Amino acid sequence: MSNAVSALNGASFKGSVAIKDVGLQGMITLRGDFKSAVLAKAVKAATGTAVPETGQILHSTKGSAAWMSPDELLLLVDYTNVDAVIAKLDKALSGEHALVVNVSDARALFEIKGVATRDIIAKGSPADMNKDALPVGMIRRSRLGQLPVAFWMDDEKTARMVCFRSVGEHVFTWLKNASKKGNLPKYHT
Amino acid sequence: MSTRLQSGGRLIDRTKQIEFNWNGKRLNGFQGDTLASALLANDQMLMGRSFKYHRPRGVVAAGPEEPNALMGTGEGGRFEPNQRATTTEIYQGLKSHSQNHWPSLEFDVGAINTKLSRFFPAGFYYKTFMAPSFAWKHVFEPIIRKSAGLGKAPTHKDEDSYEYFYAHVDVVVAGGGIAGLQAALTAGQAGATVLLMEQAVDYGGRAITDGVTIGGKPAAAWIKSTLAALKKLPNVQMRTRMMAAGVYDHGYLLGYERLTDHMGPSDGPRHRLWRIRAKRIVTATGAIERPLSFAGNDIPGVMLAGAVRDYIADYGVSIGDRTVVVTNNDDGYRTAIALHEAGLNVPCIIDPRGDLDGELPAKAIALGIRVENKSAIGKVKGGKRVEAVTLCAQAGEGTTLEEIKCDAVAMSGGWSPVVHLWSHCGGKLNWDTDTAIFRPDPARPPLGADGTGFVIATGTANGHLDAAAALKDGHAAGMAAAKEVGFKPARAAAPIAASELEATMLPVWSMPQGASYALKSKTFLDYQNDVKVSDVRLAAQEGYESVEHTKRYTTLGMATDQGKLSNINGLAVLADSLNADIPNVGTTTFRPPYHPISLGSIAGDAHNELFKPIRKTPMHQWIDENGGDWEPVADWRRPYCYKQGSESVEEAVTREILNTRENCGLLDASTLGKIIVKGPDAGKFLDMIYTNMMSTLKVGFCRYGLMCSENGFLSDDGVVARLDENTFLCHTTSGGSDRIHAHMEEWLQTEWWDWKVYTANITEQYAQIAVVGPNARKVLEKLGGMDVSAEALPFMTFKDGELGGIKARPYRISFSGELSYEIAVPASQGQAFWDMCMEAGKEFGIQPYGTECLHVMRAEKGFIMIGDETDGTVIPQDLGLNWAISKKKEDFLGKRGQQRSHMTDPNRWKLVGLKTVDPAKVIPDGAYAVDGTMRENGMHNMIGRVTSTYFSPTLNHSIAMGLVQNGPDRMGEVIEFPTIGGESIKAEICDPVFLDKEGARQNV
Repeated sequence: MSNAVSALNGASFKGSVAIKDVGLQGMITLRGDFKSAVLAKAVKAATGTAVPETGQILHSTKGSAAWMSPDELLLLVDYTNVDAVIAKLDKALSGEHALVVNVSDARALFEIKGVATRDIIAKGSPADMNKDALPVGMIRRSRLGQLPVAFWMDDEKTARMVCFRSVGEHVFTWLKNASKKGNLPKYHT
Repeated sequence: MSTRLQSGGRLIDRTKQIEFNWNGKRLNGFQGDTLASALLANDQMLMGRSFKYHRPRGVVAAGPEEPNALMGTGEGGRFEPNQRATTTEIYQGLKSHSQNHWPSLEFDVGAINTKLSRFFPAGFYYKTFMAPSFAWKHVFEPIIRKSAGLGKAPTHKDEDSYEYFYAHVDVVVAGGGIAGLQAALTAGQAGATVLLMEQAVDYGGRAITDGVTIGGKPAAAWIKSTLAALKKLPNVQMRTRMMAAGVYDHGYLLGYERLTDHMGPSDGPRHRLWRIRAKRIVTATGAIERPLSFAGNDIPGVMLAGAVRDYIADYGVSIGDRTVVVTNNDDGYRTAIALHEAGLNVPCIIDPRGDLDGELPAKAIALGIRVENKSAIGKVKGGKRVEAVTLCAQAGEGTTLEEIKCDAVAMSGGWSPVVHLWSHCGGKLNWDTDTAIFRPDPARPPLGADGTGFVIATGTANGHLDAAAALKDGHAAGMAAAKEVGFKPARAAAPIAASELEATMLPVWSMPQGASYALKSKTFLDYQNDVKVSDVRLAAQEGYESVEHTKRYTTLGMATDQGKLSNINGLAVLADSLNADIPNVGTTTFRPPYHPISLGSIAGDAHNELFKPIRKTPMHQWIDENGGDWEPVADWRRPYCYKQGSESVEEAVTREILNTRENCGLLDASTLGKIIVKGPDAGKFLDMIYTNMMSTLKVGFCRYGLMCSENGFLSDDGVVARLDENTFLCHTTSGGSDRIHAHMEEWLQTEWWDWKVYTANITEQYAQIAVVGPNARKVLEKLGGMDVSAEALPFMTFKDGELGGIKARPYRISFSGELSYEIAVPASQGQAFWDMCMEAGKEFGIQPYGTECLHVMRAEKGFIMIGDETDGTVIPQDLGLNWAISKKKEDFLGKRGQQRSHMTDPNRWKLVGLKTVDPAKVIPDGAYAVDGTMRENGMHNMIGRVTSTYFSPTLNHSIAMGLVQNGPDRMGEVIEFPTIGGESIKAEICDPVFLDKEGARQNV
C-alpha cells in the first residue's frame, strides 16, 4: 500500500491555529446492538475500549471507539491493520445481526491545534463548543459551514475532525480561511 | 449654522484629526466622530434628498433610527449604499457621498416632484398605473425605478470578508445602557454565562448625557465601576458595536458585530454574524424619541431634541446658534438647558401643555429661557435650512401669533420604548395611556419550547422612562434571568439612580390641533418614504382601517428604517382619523432585523472558493491537469470530455467514442453511489425497494434494478451485486447516493423498524474505474493478479482479487455496450490504479473518456438515464422496462401507484428511438413533437418530446430517444419536431436500441 494517499496527502497550514491532514487512518463503521455482550467483547478486542456511551469517544493504545448513533460506532485503528481487525470483528459477530465495513478511504481526518481551536470550529459549527458541553472524551456529529463533520477534543487545545474524503479539500480550505490573520472571536479563550 | 464647539464631546479625541472625503470635498473631523457629527461640525446640515419628492433633508437623529442622512460609503469593491451617517464612524481616507439627487445635492432636478405632490397621493401607484396593462412594464416601471429609490446598487464584487460565529449562552443582554449593565452584572454575579452586546461604541446609553446620578455620583462613575466589575467575571463577555438583530424561536438570536467598519479596509472579517442559542434574552434596548407633527418638520435643522443634546455632549457639535425647542414632555427641556449651558441661544421653548410644573421646566425658566405653554409651531420656514418658526396656539388652526427667527428646531414628541426584540417572536404589548407608549406585557412574553417566556424586557425598553425605575428594573431582570436558567442570585439591593422628576407628557399627534390640509400636506410622518399626515388621513377616508393595510397603501414605515420614528405617530394619526383608540388600531408587526445588516454578513464565508462545496474524486487533480472539461454532476465535478491540444469539445467527444468502441477507454466512475445493505432481511428489504426481484440474486452476480417512489415514479437505477448471503452492494446514480441512502433508512426506521437490515453509504470508500472497449481485457491481463477471462469472470458477475498489486473488485457490467470492467479499488489508491491502467493500456490505445462519451454510447445502446428519460413523472412502464418489474412479488414501493388509472392509460407517452430523416440534423434537447392539429387556445397539439439526443459517430447518424404517444405502436412513422428557429426536424420512430441489440459486443 505504498501508493496509498490520504485526501490532502498530509497538507498543513499554520494560522491562528495549526491545521494538518493527519494522513491515512483506519476507520471502521460498526452497526449492531450495543446491549449485546458479544458486540462489547468484539469492540474491546478491536480497539481496547468499552462500547462508548451516547456522545462519547473512548481511547486506548490500540484504538478508539466513537458513538455515532444509537446503533452505529466508528472504530479507529491503524490503517495497515484494518483488514485484520475487520476479519476478526466479522468472525466474532458472525452470530449477531451486525454490519462491519471499512470506511478508512471514505474519510479525511484533520487535526486542529492551538488555543483558538474552539473559536475556529464555532465559526462553522452550530454545536455547543463550551468546555462543559464538549469536554475531552466527547464527540459531536455536526456540520462545518455547509458540510457534515464530526469532531472531538484530544486535549484542551487539540481537536480532530472527520469529514468525507470528496470534500476534504473544501474543509481544509474552510479551516485555513477561518484561521487567517485578523480578528479572532476570542469567545472560548 | 452648525459648528464644532470650543470644548466638550466625550466620544471624540480632539488631538486626533481625521481627514475624510464627502461629495468630493476634503473635510476634517476628529477620531470618534460619526459621519453625521463631522458633517455638522463642517456646517453641512443638508445631507440628502427625500425618496419621493426629493426634498432637501438634514440629519434628524444621532443613532440607528436616522431616516434621512443615508450615505454611500467606500468605493469599488467596498462601496455600500444607504449607510446611516449617524452610525458610520469616520476614519482616515473615508470616501462618502449623499444619495438620491441629480445633478447635485444642492440643486436637484427631481425636487420638481414636491411641486407635483398633489399628484402623488397615498396609494398613487395603485391609482395611477392601472391601465393600459402593458404600460406598467414598459412605461411606468422604468420611469419610476429611475426616479424613486435611494442608494445605488454596488457594481463591483464585495472585497471584504465576513463570518459567522455560533455561541451558546445562558443569558444574552441586548443593550449596554444602565439597565442592561445592571442586568448583566446581577445575572453574571449569580453565576450565569452572560453575553452583553451594545450596538454603539460605548456603554451607558443616555444616562451620561442626561445627567443621571447613581448612588449619589454621576452616572459615568457608576458605569466605569460596573464595567470593571463585569470584566472581572470570567462568565461574562461584553461586546460593543454589536447589535442584537433578531429574536427567533427557541431562544435563537442573531447578533451583528461590526469589526472593521470604523477602521476602513483591514485584515480579517468586516462583519461577524453571531448565531446564538440563549436560554434567556434580556432586552435593554432603551427608547427612541418621537418627532412632532407640524408643517415643515422635515426642513434641515429640525432635529430630535435628544439628538441635539447628544451632538453637544458626545461630539461637541452645535446644530445652530438659535434653537427653538418644541416639546410635549419635560425631557425636551433637558435640551434647552444643555444648549443654554453650552452658551447657545434658545429663543423659546414651545410646549402644548397647560401646566408646566415639573422640575425641568422650572429650571429652564429659572435660567431665563422663554417658555410658551399651550403653544405650538404653526410651521417651519426655510428651504434647505430652518430660518424661522411661527408660533401659534396648540388648540387652534395655526394662525401665526409671532414669527421666531432661529436656525434650528429641537423637537420631542415623547419616547417610544424599543420593543422590537420583545415582539419579534410574539411578545405582546400594552398601550400605556399615561405615558402614551406601547410597553411589553410581562404576562404575554414570547414562549420557548417549555412554554415559559424566554425574553425579559427591562429598563426603558420595558416602559420605565425614568432612570431610577429603569435601573431597578435592570436588576430585577438580571435576577429573574439568572433564576430561570437555574442559578440562585444572592439577595442584593439594586443601586439607586436619580434624575429630575418629570411631569406627565401630553400626547400630541398633530400640531396645532386643527392644522389645515395645507399644513398637513407639509407635515411628514415618515421621512424616509415621504409619507405625510395628509396621506394617512386620505387612506383612512378611502376606507383603510387595518394598520397593516394602511402601511402598505401609504408605504408608512416600509423604508429601510422600518418606521422607527414614524410608526407610533402614524398609527395615532390613523386612530384619530378613524375615531378609534390607539390600542384598537394596534401596531404593525415587528420583524427582524432590528436595523439593516449587511448582505455579506448573511452570506458569511460562503463566497469565492468556499461558495459551494465541490465533491472531488481521487482522480480529480489528474483529470484537471489532463484536459478535463468539467461539468457539474450533483455536487461532483466530472469531465465532460478530455480535450487534447486545440481540439474542440465536439471533436474530443467524437474521438473518445470511436476510440472506446475500437480500442479502449478509461472512465472515472467513482461518483456512482455505493450502499451496503446487510442483514438476514436484506433480500426481503431490497425486494421492496427495487421493482424487480433481488432476493434471488446469486452470490457473486450482478443485476440491474429500478427504484420507484411510493407513487410509482421512477426514482433511481443501478446495478446490485450480492457480496454474500446476507450482504448486497447497491449502486446508485451519481446524484442519488445520499438521497437513496436516506430513502432506505427512512423506510427502515419508520415502517420496517423490526426488519434486521443495516445500511452504510460507502460511496467514497472506493475509486471506481471503468476499463471499456474491445481491448479492456488485454489491459487488465497486463496488470495481472487475477483471472479476468470470460470464463472466470463472465458478464454480470464480479470477483474480489488483486490487480497490479492493488486490492480490487472488478464488476463485469457495461453501460456502453462494450466489453467492460468497472473496478472498485480503495480510494486512497485510485490514482495509483488509474496511472497503472494508463501505462498498461498505452499499447492498446487506451484513452480516458468523459461523461458525454458515456452518454452517447449508452444512447446508442438505448439505455435510459435517470434525469434524462425520467423527470419525476415517468414510470418504468413508460420506458418499456416492464421486464424489470416483477409480477411475482406481492408488493414493492410503487406497485400500487403504478396500478392507478392514469398510470395504466394506454395513451401515456412511451419511449421510442428517433432516427432523423436527415442524418446530420440533431433534434434540439427537449424538443416537442406535434401532429399538425391545433388546440382551442391556438397552441399546437403535442404528441411527444425528446429526452436524449446526440450525433452518433459510431453510426454516423443523428439519434435520439423520446416519449411519444402510442410510440411503440407507430414504428416507422415519421413525426415532426418544430424548433425555435422555425425549422421542423423530421424523425422516424424506431427501436431505441441503435447498436448491437443482441449484446454481442459486451458479452465476450
